[in-house]
Amino acid sequence: MSWTRNVLRVDLSKGSCTSEPLNMEWAKLYLGQRGLASKYLSEEVDPKCDPLGPENKFIMTTGPLTGTMASTSGRYSCVTKGPLTGAIACSNSGGYFGAELKNAGWDMIIFEGKSDKPVYLLLQDDKAELRDATHLWGKTAWETDDIIHATHQEPQMRIATIGRTAENGCLYAAVINDKHRAAGRSGVGTVMASKNLKAVAVRGTQGIGNVEDANAFMQATNDGKAVLAENAVTGQGLPAFGTQVLMNVINGIGGLPARNMRDVGFEGAEHISAEAMAEPRASDGKPNLTTNAACFGCTIACGRISTVDPTHFSVKDKPQYQGASGGLEYEAAWALGADTGVDDLDALTYVNFLCNEDGMDPITYGATVAAAMEMFEDGNITTEHTGGIELTFGNAEAFVAITEQFCQGGTFAEDLGLGSKRLTEKYGRPELSMTVKGQEFPAYDPRGIQGIGLNYATSNRGACHLRGYTIASEVLGIPVKTELNDTDGKPELVKAFQDATALVDSSGLCIFTTFAWGMDNIAPQIDAACEGDWSVENCLEVGERVWNMERLFNEAAGFTADDDKLPKRLLEEAIKDGPTKGQVNRLGEMLPKYYEVRGWTADGKIPEETRKRLSL
Amino acid sequence: MQKSLHIDPGKCTGCLQCEMACSYEHTGTFNPSRSYIKVFTFHHEGRFAPYTCTQCDEAWCMRACPVDAISVDMATGAKVVSDDKCVGCKVCTIACPFGTINYSQATGKVVKCDLCGGDPQCAAACPTSAITYVDADWTGYDRMMASAAKSLPSAEATA
Amino acid sequence: MQHLIIGAGPAGVVAAETLRKADPDADIAIIGDEPEPPYSRMAIPYYLIDNIDESGTYLRDPKQHFASLDIEVVQQRVDKIDTTGKTVALADGSSRSYDKLLLATGSHPVSPPIPGLDLPQVHSCWTLADARNIIKLAQSGSNVVLIGAGFIGCIILEALVRRGVNLAVIEMGNRMVPRMLDEKAGGLLETWCKNKGIDVHTSCSVDGISDAGDGQVEVSLSDGGKLNAALVITATGVRANTDLVEGSDIKVDQGILVDRRMQTSNADVYAAGDVAQGVDFSTGNFEVQAIQPTATDHGRIAALNMAGQGDEHHGTLNMNVLDTVGLVSCSFGLWMGVDGGDSAELYNPDEFQYISLQFDGNTLVGASSVGKTQHVGVLRGLIESKIDLSDWKDRLMADPTAIMEAYVGSTQELGYS
Ligand SMILES: Cc1cc2nc3c(=O)[nH]c(=O)nc-3n(C[C@H](O)[C@H](O)[C@H](O)COP(=O)(O)OP(=O)(O)OC[C@H]3O[C@@H](n4cnc5c(N)ncnc54)[C@H](O)[C@@H]3O)c2cc1C
Ligand code: SF4
Ligand code: SF4
Ligand code: SF4
Repeated sequence: MSWTRNVLRVDLSKGSCTSEPLNMEWAKLYLGQRGLASKYLSEEVDPKCDPLGPENKFIMTTGPLTGTMASTSGRYSCVTKGPLTGAIACSNSGGYFGAELKNAGWDMIIFEGKSDKPVYLLLQDDKAELRDATHLWGKTAWETDDIIHATHQEPQMRIATIGRTAENGCLYAAVINDKHRAAGRSGVGTVMASKNLKAVAVRGTQGIGNVEDANAFMQATNDGKAVLAENAVTGQGLPAFGTQVLMNVINGIGGLPARNMRDVGFEGAEHISAEAMAEPRASDGKPNLTTNAACFGCTIACGRISTVDPTHFSVKDKPQYQGASGGLEYEAAWALGADTGVDDLDALTYVNFLCNEDGMDPITYGATVAAAMEMFEDGNITTEHTGGIELTFGNAEAFVAITEQFCQGGTFAEDLGLGSKRLTEKYGRPELSMTVKGQEFPAYDPRGIQGIGLNYATSNRGACHLRGYTIASEVLGIPVKTELNDTDGKPELVKAFQDATALVDSSGLCIFTTFAWGMDNIAPQIDAACEGDWSVENCLEVGERVWNMERLFNEAAGFTADDDKLPKRLLEEAIKDGPTKGQVNRLGEMLPKYYEVRGWTADGKIPEETRKRLSL
Repeated sequence: MQKSLHIDPGKCTGCLQCEMACSYEHTGTFNPSRSYIKVFTFHHEGRFAPYTCTQCDEAWCMRACPVDAISVDMATGAKVVSDDKCVGCKVCTIACPFGTINYSQATGKVVKCDLCGGDPQCAAACPTSAITYVDADWTGYDRMMASAAKSLPSAEATA
Repeated sequence: MQHLIIGAGPAGVVAAETLRKADPDADIAIIGDEPEPPYSRMAIPYYLIDNIDESGTYLRDPKQHFASLDIEVVQQRVDKIDTTGKTVALADGSSRSYDKLLLATGSHPVSPPIPGLDLPQVHSCWTLADARNIIKLAQSGSNVVLIGAGFIGCIILEALVRRGVNLAVIEMGNRMVPRMLDEKAGGLLETWCKNKGIDVHTSCSVDGISDAGDGQVEVSLSDGGKLNAALVITATGVRANTDLVEGSDIKVDQGILVDRRMQTSNADVYAAGDVAQGVDFSTGNFEVQAIQPTATDHGRIAALNMAGQGDEHHGTLNMNVLDTVGLVSCSFGLWMGVDGGDSAELYNPDEFQYISLQFDGNTLVGASSVGKTQHVGVLRGLIESKIDLSDWKDRLMADPTAIMEAYVGSTQELGYS
């Protein structure tokens, strides 16, 4: 069965925790995690609600494969209406928390209402209890993790928590679990804060049993692991270099945006790349990268564990930041680095630590600082606003200083916490916000790479590479190579990636497996674990169903085809030089066809027949 | 030639496949809390170290048991707990100086590595070969035993 | 070579087995006075709750184990030993000679000076014979008074609760298990027991016991209270069985004095287990520990030395583990700390969690914990190996639960991939 079939409902207004059976009819249609929790959200929450009001709900959810021996089985998601975007939000994280939640016997936790004082949920198997968290409010995610561990004296307890930025109202606050894994995007941490929910601490000892067909499951997962091990990306590239392997690659092909996407191509890229992370430094002879690390169950192990040069200005007098912690992933390295023009690896690693410690999405944070930098250079923002900090592109000291100030809730924190859309509006430069539906872009420039632009524009949670990673095809040739600047075939490609991703995100597995796995590797694992028909075809249909359901939520929330768009800069400001010189994104060529292959109307609505086909 | 588990912490990524494999072998569920091998995390150093019973010659656990519930599996050399005999008194859990025999609330008995009867599932599941099952003499096993012995003066004194 | 062992408890049995390994050709005999095959007192609590039958308490399979090792087991009481003639006299009038003699006669419970202890409802809990009596009287729903909440008392307590009796516990000290746990830990046990419906009286003693008719007795307490009971169990400490050597050349203090080879003041006589006052690892002093792991360690070391293969013993670590109706506690070595040493502590009474580490400089010398079952043995490892914890002490001071990390981190090559 793999589902535990138990849902924990926590009413924060009443302070009650109750157990209810998982809706198995929905489970068969939406599988788990992203799909199933989004279904619950759609059914239970008014899409028009204030994301930070008590009527919004916050769901932590595992998939049927979470916690099993399938490779990368450590995933869980936070599903809610996102405050940054106003759209449906689903942020996925690894580490150990998700598997622990599953081991405690729960498929998902639905938080509703709002507590009148700070609380944390203590969940020990079937024992659920809300505990006072007054003493934790105002603490960083790291401090909170330590205090809760000390209180319960259980080293194996896994904790997901918000840091200070969420409490300070930052609209893109993350949920941090296991100290340096994050459900990062769309402000899911802010929703936790709005409910006065500081943390969730879980210890699970029930185990996950009763997979539908144990022998078939072990066979399918072993086959899957072998495929991952033999694949060049998942077997060698990711373990050795992490996602950062992309920094020089994407820069090389002319797809790396820089300085708030004013430029494409970053001259400092090699200083902040995977190769640079492996280079021993002068001071202590150690490289930035200490080791690679895995999430629960993961046989790829792309995670980076890094240290900052102990003599670097950012940590010199701060021994607490001189130990190893979660290092730079590609998206973070880009947003904190190329997008701000800062090429100081140690500064970026330190800022990345702070993003983990105080819980903010490094992509949106970096991109928001980048927008502020552009406005600073243009004179819209001055040292008066920033508390004296010279917020220019490439200024590492300034970047470190503004980040520390931000975490502590200093002068400019409230503005930066708005995200670039609201920030640029506030300072009269809305055209400088590099967002879709209010959420910032990750590290691939849609002018250089066409398909990813269409994916950004149509992504249900706002700009995001993890909703349809066409880079795999357009850059890496997985499963087949498509040309960067072609628009032909991209709508079909985007749809296929979006649907497959939705399925993977609903299963408990990690999307990075899809560098090596096709649906024919994934479906047998789900099929062996879960009752029901989980053939390749059905899996793909579930993915498509999930995508359309999310779209319906957004439609009801007030989103229209008008929101499927890219900032003017990407459509009109051609790339100035490099291999992709002269290019812009040609969204207009792709969007109508995309609507068509999705079976939507010309104005992006989901017609009755498509809904019927997908049982929506 | 008797074989033993060889652990190379430098290769461990902390994926816990070994813990799942061990618990699956012994309980039929994926349940790290019931694994006999435990991966310890050294957050500050960025290291992981799997650790389990080394089937030490001293067998402190076996000697402390008041009811003869622990015996040596002649085929593998593993010190094995008999669930039928163990009364759950826990004296072995304080006697083993390596902390590798533990009380299980779930069964009311103690549990420890039994080398899976000669087919260690943790080693089979480890994706990085941080855990291997190899001939005892050419592994670091001797070194490990020696360091264990060194760290416990009585092991020499009474061997 | 004639090896003679008096006492068929764990110390005697382990000694016999070790002798057999060390000296394959020797004559080895164990003489024990209890009417059962060699058994383990520690298993009695599990016999009380029907977890095992009597045979489950046996130290070894009596049918073939001793015969297969060619160890003779004699069921007799030894009345006298003659260290000059090197013989022992048995109760049946026979005698036996020895080359080397091991005294593993254990200890016996001591009774407090309370009037009424001779009533048939009053028992100690030391032997299988005692256990049979307790089973008869400790019926579900009956009132039972346990005098003494020391280590043994607390172990029996668990069994009595599981038998479903209404239990009252009287302890003279200001807390439960005062010689194993400090006030915080002992306090946790007391609260825990009270939450489970046990009537715990600390700083309280029993003034007397009298017949109350109907098979019941009345127990009068120093705080003025009176309790009715169908059964009273005394668990107020033990004393070494040294009577055999009284008047001989073998020196006795609290127990039989032995050196680091478990040799007594007579070169051919050794002592082991509860009866021996052996060297304590932590203090270097000679003390009676009266615990099972010490008995087996003693037995081994004595045997090796009797066979001429032994070494000096570095001492046995005093340690205990206790399960008090589901709350597990343990203590090791100098759990009460040393002068000038640092201590690290985490105390969460609401969670019934406690851990305390005691350092002398950078080495761990003692520890205790409540509510922990995982990896506690490593505390022994850390203490007995005297590992230099300078790299870990700060971290342990901040988080004393990181004991396993400290041990693994200081003994294993962590390596860089
Ligand atoms: C109920 C109970 C629970 C316990 N639980 C624990 C525990 O959890 N952990 C722990 O560490 N310890 C525990 N103990 C203590 C432990 O049982 C003793 O420390 C251990 O039995 C000592 O072993 P020994 O061989 O020295 O002595 P014993 O086991 O007492 O054996 C000595 C034997 O010698 C016999 N003997 C004595 N004099 C003569 C003679 N003159 N001739 C012939 N035979 C003689 C005795 O009758 C006895 O059979 C417990 C004890 C009891 C009673
Ligand atoms: S559990 Fe401990 S004492 Fe027993 S064999 Fe293993 S390492 Fe040795
Ligand atoms: S817990 Fe079981 S195996 Fe361990 S000493 Fe007690 S009876 Fe023996
Ligand atoms: S050898 Fe078997 S029992 Fe031992 S740790 Fe590995 S999986 Fe567990």
